[in-house]
Amino acid sequence: MDITIHTSFLPHDDPEASLAFYRDVLGFEVRSDFGTGTMRWITVGPVGQPGTSILLAPPAADPGITEEERGTITRMMAKGTYGWILLATRDLDGTFEKLQAGDAEVVQEPTRQPYGIRDCAFRDPAGNLVRIQEVG
Amino acid sequence: MCHPGWHRARIAAQHLSDLARLRRVRDRIDREYRRPLDVEALARGAGMPAGQLSREFRLAYGRSPYAYLTARRIEHATALLRRGGPDPAGVWAAVGCSSPGVFAARFTELVGMPPGAFRLRAAGPGAALAPRPAEHRTGPVRNREAPAAEPQLA
Repeated sequence: MDITIHTSFLPHDDPEASLAFYRDVLGFEVRSDFGTGTMRWITVGPVGQPGTSILLAPPAADPGITEEERGTITRMMAKGTYGWILLATRDLDGTFEKLQAGDAEVVQEPTRQPYGIRDCAFRDPAGNLVRIQEVG
Repeated sequence: MCHPGWHRARIAAQHLSDLARLRRVRDRIDREYRRPLDVEALARGAGMPAGQLSREFRLAYGRSPYAYLTARRIEHATALLRRGGPDPAGVWAAVGCSSPGVFAARFTELVGMPPGAFRLRAAGPGAALAPRPAEHRTGPVRNREAPAAEPQLA
């Protein structure tokens, strides 16, 4: 079998703000952008890695989700307990400085974790936790 | 005249922005727990009275900001002790606690044994048996919320 992990998903509540974060601050390229208003599906990914993408999607757009569940999801996003993603870089300190200079919300400065890795963490504009770890 | 739907939407939007403000307080605790930090300082940073912050934080996250801060400090202390870090007598300062007595009491409460005993067990042949905070009933769980009997998001 030849399977790759192709696209993961993060919710947004303000597509322009999320786009600005992933495109302008993280430096991702925009691969597609469908929909209008808050109902936009935006595919972004790291330059030079066309096989891996993040789809920034409106939360709870599935018609099978009830109003109550939709409310729960948007509240969890706001309080920062819904979406999260783990990225990696060879240059953690450089990446951290660039994101901090881009005015991203810092959750954790570069730290050596007791379980061996070194990482930092930010919030994206929708409240998703973006953890970035250092790889050799 | 205001449409009742607009009023509801405005209240919902205000609630989401209040939750985002609480999230920033929690992120600040995650970022600064090693520094002297108390609920008054957190409340000042969030621009709300300490009592209101404690109440709303507990509603959103299932525990008070002070309990969350303490849990992060004790969690960090267990990691330091497990690594054979600073002497148990000095760990309280390394994790931002202002008093060794309060630290020892909270540690024992959350981990189930005093810091010195924990370090001995973490270093000894029974290291695998040393309790991890996450396994303890009231222990801190990184990136996960304390289970609230009745999640009160609204």
